[in-house]
Amino acid sequence: MTAPERRSERPAPRSTAPPALVVEGLTATYGPVTALREVSIPTEPGRVTAVLGANGAGKTTLLRTISGLVRPQAGQVRLGERDLTGAAPETVAGAGVAHVPEGRGVITELTVEENLRLGSLLGRRRASGRGGPARGWSLDDVLELFPAIAERRRRPADTLSGGERQMLVIGRALLTEPDVLLLDEPSLGLAPRVVTQIFAVLRDLTEQHALTVVLVEQNARSALEVADTGVVLALGRVVAVSEAAELAADQALRHAYLGF
Amino acid sequence: MQQFLDLTLSGLSQGAIYAAFALALVLIWRSTRVVNFAQGAMGMFTTYLALLAVDAGWSYWAALLLALGSGLLLGAFIERVVIRPVENGPELNPVIVTLGVFIALQALASLLFGAQYRSFPAPFGLTGLQAGSVNLAITPYGLFTIGAVLVTMIALVALFRFTDLGLRLRASAFNGEVSRLLGVPVGRMLTLGWALAAVVGSLSGLLIAGGELVWPAYMDPLIVYGFVAAVLGGLDSPAGAVIGGVAIGLALSYVSGYAGSEFAGLAALLILVAVLLVRPAGLFGRATVRKV
Ligand SMILES: Nc1ncnc2c1ncn2[C@@H]1O[C@H](COP(=O)(O)OP(=O)(O)OP(=O)(O)O)[C@@H](O)[C@H]1O
Ligand SMILES: [Mg+2]
Repeated sequence: MTAPERRSERPAPRSTAPPALVVEGLTATYGPVTALREVSIPTEPGRVTAVLGANGAGKTTLLRTISGLVRPQAGQVRLGERDLTGAAPETVAGAGVAHVPEGRGVITELTVEENLRLGSLLGRRRASGRGGPARGWSLDDVLELFPAIAERRRRPADTLSGGERQMLVIGRALLTEPDVLLLDEPSLGLAPRVVTQIFAVLRDLTEQHALTVVLVEQNARSALEVADTGVVLALGRVVAVSEAAELAADQALRHAYLGF
Repeated sequence: MQQFLDLTLSGLSQGAIYAAFALALVLIWRSTRVVNFAQGAMGMFTTYLALLAVDAGWSYWAALLLALGSGLLLGAFIERVVIRPVENGPELNPVIVTLGVFIALQALASLLFGAQYRSFPAPFGLTGLQAGSVNLAITPYGLFTIGAVLVTMIALVALFRFTDLGLRLRASAFNGEVSRLLGVPVGRMLTLGWALAAVVGSLSGLLIAGGELVWPAYMDPLIVYGFVAAVLGGLDSPAGAVIGGVAIGLALSYVSGYAGSEFAGLAALLILVAVLLVRPAGLFGRATVRKV
């Protein structure tokens, strides 16, 4: 996406240790439907955890429960010292969890730049709350990272293509200066080449900024290529957890749950 | 020609008031998908508060500020206390609740302020201006009306377009869930949206009362014309509300002037039906289903 020599101009990696995300024993229901049963997932700053599984497995519900859109029946969500279990989404976002929802969450009535500015507003608040300068994602950094949207910054966001929208929401999430990035099916509807590009950027960002990334995907093969750890959900339960490479090599599991 | 000019001028000053009222409806519709039938009664109530202040010896301007300030609080209060609890139920509930507020406020006004006609002061003259030897139909008060609405519109546009708060307000109105994921306190934004709308509604109540009689139901015609203006503009579009308001003001003025004032209500209805037949989403509404 960006010429390599530009990389050094991006914000410097943070110096303090990032807070760890803990997701433990989450149970969530929609009326009579239990969508998650005691789900725990391993996460670590600087690493990508892929959450895989068939339609209806509970992947989206897991992310929505972490970000506060769904209240869990049991279990906990913590970020560093802070208990975020059952907290309001705006509180969780303020604590440093950026959730890019399924279907991408572009606010189509706003311009590209206004979408990004919303991210910056939270980022600035978080930076001042921490008492120090932010890691310093600026609008320009993001536009440099994704030149495709830079040209369209003054256009309404609903004029963007699917791939551009994905870049927009990832860029917007970065501007919030997150410690945790939750991505719900970012590859959906994108050409394989664009998926590869976006995953490559994601990989770089995760390492450079010690982000804790939870990547929900139907596209298990690509997700396991970019992830460090893999979790497989089926009917709301965790049925497998291991290193991404091991999951990808487990033929029986792949056939049973991942369809490749 | 002289008559046409006169009707245009008086249509503009009436239209400005319809525009303000329509704008108040649109601001609330856009953010909470509620048609606020209580808007007229809210504006009536705050105008009575201003009248009490004038009775107590306050200046017109201090009373105006009191009305706008109490409109702000009343809007916030109604959103928090009355609308919020029913918001997540069936879509029709909040609308029915606003009808309830409408009736309650009118009854309360009769109790507190009496049901008799009272005259409301105007800060400027109510006789036509003169250009050379020609009498114009525009009064100093009419000019003040247009100016007050214009200033309010410009302030709102500046707020929504150019400030961080305005961006948060718009984002909350368009997509609450995504806004919350971006740390925007959407609940507070919706309350503020109602409060701002109620200020504009109060302004319209005050302006239409100037130099006229007020009684608890004096806003009823304004509710009808303001509603037609809002629908004309598309309900979703603040600019549409303003243009719709001015258009209705002009149309009613011409109809009253050339055909007789008894035709004004009929004309409003015809305009509404005609526009909805040709453009169901209003002149400036988005017909598309919202994509998220
Ligand atoms: N709002 C809702 N109300 C009721 N049931 C729901 C709701 N959202 C999800 N469910 C149910 O919860 C279960 C998990 O859904 P979820 O959306 O988390 O699955 P998913 O793994 O993200 O699926 P997909 O891959 O299709 O996006 C499903 O059985 C679904 O039908
Ligand atoms: Mg899903």
